[in-house]
Amino acid sequence: MNPAPSIVLFTTASGAGYGMLFWLGLLRPLGLVPQGVAFGLIALGLAVFLITIGLLSSMAHLGHPERAWRALSQWRSSWLSREGVAAVATFLPILLLGLGLILGWGALTHLFGLLAAAGAVATVYCTGMIYASLKPIRQWRHPLVVPGYLMLSSFSGATILAMTAAYWGQAWAPALLAALGAAGAFWVKQSYWRDIDGPAPADAPTIESATGLGAIGRTRPLEPPHTETNYLLREMGFRIARKHAQRLRRVALLGGFAVPLALAVLALLAGGTLWPVLLLSLATSCALLGLLAERWLMFAEATHTVTLYYTGR
Amino acid sequence: MTCLPEIRPGQKKLGLVIDLDTCVGCHACATNCKEWNASGHSGPLPDFKPFSAGAEGVWFNRVHSYEAGEGGEGRTVHFPRSCLHCETPDCVTVCPTGASYKRAEDGIVLVNHDTCIGCGLCAWACPYGAREMDEDEGVMKKCTLCVDRIYNETIPEAQRQPACVLTCPTRARHFGDLGDPDSAVSRLVAERGGTGLMPELGYGPVNRYLPPRRTTSVDPGPQEDAPTPLDVKNPLLRWMDKVLSR
Repeated sequence: MNPAPSIVLFTTASGAGYGMLFWLGLLRPLGLVPQGVAFGLIALGLAVFLITIGLLSSMAHLGHPERAWRALSQWRSSWLSREGVAAVATFLPILLLGLGLILGWGALTHLFGLLAAAGAVATVYCTGMIYASLKPIRQWRHPLVVPGYLMLSSFSGATILAMTAAYWGQAWAPALLAALGAAGAFWVKQSYWRDIDGPAPADAPTIESATGLGAIGRTRPLEPPHTETNYLLREMGFRIARKHAQRLRRVALLGGFAVPLALAVLALLAGGTLWPVLLLSLATSCALLGLLAERWLMFAEATHTVTLYYTGR
Repeated sequence: MTCLPEIRPGQKKLGLVIDLDTCVGCHACATNCKEWNASGHSGPLPDFKPFSAGAEGVWFNRVHSYEAGEGGEGRTVHFPRSCLHCETPDCVTVCPTGASYKRAEDGIVLVNHDTCIGCGLCAWACPYGAREMDEDEGVMKKCTLCVDRIYNETIPEAQRQPACVLTCPTRARHFGDLGDPDSAVSRLVAERGGTGLMPELGYGPVNRYLPPRRTTSVDPGPQEDAPTPLDVKNPLLRWMDKVLSR
């Protein structure tokens, strides 16, 4: 599948923003992040910035961005529509949380924070389901795709929240969550990659079932239907060389997860304000770059059944 | 509305039956499809760089050619690929706007180009590659089963058929109601053992493909002529054969 930059950026940025929103909404009532108005507004602002950048980027992928509002209508059948509804609905508790922080609503802000956290989980879950519900793409219709989206979002969000809290010298809770999230993300992605590298399941479509010619025998393409490329080949036929995939996997696993894990642990051990700020800023940069590589691979390694018609594989 | 219409017994299911035994791979169906659909319901259909290297465009019908089987059993099979107007098409249910829909009255899967946002998710959801993005207009396009021909009362009744069916020089394409077990196309499918594509994915494709007929035994091919002396009737030649064979 073609890794469109707009979608790679969307799921990375919005994922991090929703993860941050989730942990902010959950940790603030527990007193595990700085309780001041300034921290609340800055953290919320950063999360909303990441979410909005991502959503705007996803609009760039549309042929008709001005019609995007129509995508809120088919939530009964479409995960993409559900994602849109969840994203828009989550802006309501976000707005109330921001207002509550400014106007000093006290315990009521905790309620809005928790509602925003629930909205964040729902939105990222819908994002994962968009991919996991597509039957023609074996690598996406995999039980680890939705947990992967949730885990990566929670990991990157916790890292950015820890970086922000470090300026107040109270980063231990989000930094600990970032470290745990990095370990979880490492495990999920490694299991996922091990699984998709294995042989295709026995009931996976083949060129024989795609053409119905299996009764005659082994089938292979002889002449292509057109001499030049087309939309199908550019969009669905995109495939990355295995050598490059292995290299990018290492970038994601080491740079994106292992290095931030080590940096978060160091930030936990280091005292004061300066070192945690520096270490967690570096962890955030590594995590976001690693996630961009991971998300790019998520597309580049996915294969669509239409390629059976063209290449026989 | 992207929820699918309820499936009722005896429901009309318009579709195509394609005979892989008689298809000669001439691409006339693809060409006439492009010709008809470049105007009408789906028009215009874009072509990029049509007169230079890298020419490409949106087509609703693509004719592949395959080799199937080995040795004497092996066949070259020409294989036209287009929308199968599935009974449970995911391309419809994934659509976030309601632009993709399946008609309850005849089962045709269509796109409303006025409400499509061009997200491309339906093309990802179609295992058969039936949908192609019109990157000029920013909307998704697909085979309409010539919905603007088959019900068109301004053209002669005999021509109210999909353009690909009308133009096929070997009559390898047939159009009809596959929901009616007594229709000509349904009887043809039953007689020839027509199959649907990728049934394991559960989309319930309506179009059927008739498999190439099997040769009853492997043809030994032309044999060398080897006459015996008894076959030679001319006495002079028989005498010469006798002398020379000595």
